[in-house]
Amino acid sequence: MFLQQFVNALALGSVYALFALGFTLIFGVLEVITLAHGAVFMIGAFAGLTVVTKFNVSPITAILVGMMVSGMLGWLIDLVAVRPLRKRKFHHLAPMIATIGCATIIINVAQGIFGAEVYRFPFDFMPAMSYNFWAIQLTLLQIIIVGVALSLMMMIIFLLNRTKWGKAVRAVAESPRTAALLGIPVERVFQITAFAASALGGAAGVLTGINFNAIHAFMGGPIMHRGIAVIILGGMGDIRGAVLGGLILGFAEIMSVAYLSSDFRDAISFGLLFVILLIRPAGIFGSNLERKG
Amino acid sequence: MILELKEVYVNYNHIQALQGISLNVGEGEIVALIGANGAGKSTALNAISGLLKTTSGKITYAGQDITGHSPQAIVRGGIIQVPEGRAILTTLKVRENLEMGAFTRKNNRMKEEMDDIFTRFPVLRAKAELPAGNLSGGEQQMLALGRALMAKPKLLLMDEPSMGLSPILVREIFHIITEINKQGTSILLVEQNAQMALEISGRGYVLETGRIALEDSSANLLHNEKVIHAYLGG
Repeated sequence: MFLQQFVNALALGSVYALFALGFTLIFGVLEVITLAHGAVFMIGAFAGLTVVTKFNVSPITAILVGMMVSGMLGWLIDLVAVRPLRKRKFHHLAPMIATIGCATIIINVAQGIFGAEVYRFPFDFMPAMSYNFWAIQLTLLQIIIVGVALSLMMMIIFLLNRTKWGKAVRAVAESPRTAALLGIPVERVFQITAFAASALGGAAGVLTGINFNAIHAFMGGPIMHRGIAVIILGGMGDIRGAVLGGLILGFAEIMSVAYLSSDFRDAISFGLLFVILLIRPAGIFGSNLERKG
Repeated sequence: MILELKEVYVNYNHIQALQGISLNVGEGEIVALIGANGAGKSTALNAISGLLKTTSGKITYAGQDITGHSPQAIVRGGIIQVPEGRAILTTLKVRENLEMGAFTRKNNRMKEEMDDIFTRFPVLRAKAELPAGNLSGGEQQMLALGRALMAKPKLLLMDEPSMGLSPILVREIFHIITEINKQGTSILLVEQNAQMALEISGRGYVLETGRIALEDSSANLLHNEKVIHAYLGG
């Protein structure tokens, strides 16, 4: 029983982690809390769904398409809403409000196109195969979700730590000014980050759509709240914190439903976050290090 | 002339921080720019580096007008600034800081070049895999210098390299600066420690509230009554 719940929690938590990773990446590098990340997530889910229903593609292709569409949307949001404010040196609050505006527009457009109903993937899209290991039953769905989420997260961490441009992203996250003095094209780094982080949001959207088999225009709302909680829990802008925080939240939710009551699912998991923050106000990996210049 | 500023004006925080300064650095020279806090020394370097826009005037580098060029274009051209407070990337490893120094270059010889830096600064080799935030102030200044050298600068802009260092370390850093210069890099040196700066430079400028108040050979400036009184604690 516990092991089975463990697998369920891992599936849920790894998607939260994926969502939060993109969210925290944008915060860490662009210093913007992008409240459009939930809308970007939702558009990713619809993009995946659309290519599945129209062209009958595989889950992996659907995820890749969702990532591309969300990535471009994130890049576009940065271009039209965030960049003009950045150029005029409005930090933090103004860009955050601008992303709320973007989220509202995107959700309204999605509602206009798809209506308010809940969409599902075709019945035969995901074969109902499952594999038994000891006492645990793993569905193909869970394997895909955990496998995709973990590999994407590992890929991002690899890129950030091992490639020239990844290191440049970290340099900009620490100090755009120093990065500029080293000849790093800071503006391009911002754009690459907005694209990549939003693509992760899109992947999380498709995975969530498959996991719950429900896609609708407002699906980004609940995960936005969780994403905010997770990145605060992990430490704002911290990659490890987002991953660990997402997993913790997934476990808290599944375990509270399994062993306590589903009525209090959110109350219990958010209560837990609250307690952790009382102990570590800056988050698990947070420091009070302020960015220079 | 590798660098020439002509009547450069810069506004910074709504203040006219530079009010028409003209100065030049010859090929292979060390030129000191001294002055009190807030005289506009860092502003001058940041204008050259393209971080601050000039409101008027002209900056020429190796015969080319670079006024208004982006910081990346300026770095790519070979002007590297080691900013005040060193601006080490504390969350990146020492090795990664050096790699970022070579960001604008197509580099197939990264390993050998980094090895040269490690030979010059052995403390950096020992701490290569540590986050640069772990370094002491002197080590950070060496990393900042090493990182600048990774870009193969033709002109090095040094902003207060002595800041926060013990007298022994200051001597060591200034010795390294003269060595870098001997190998062919021109240097524009901004310093509050006027004594040290004038000792290693050939010429100097005194900046006062955004204007060049005095320019002369460093030897003459060291004996100038006004300079002694205002900057050398005489």
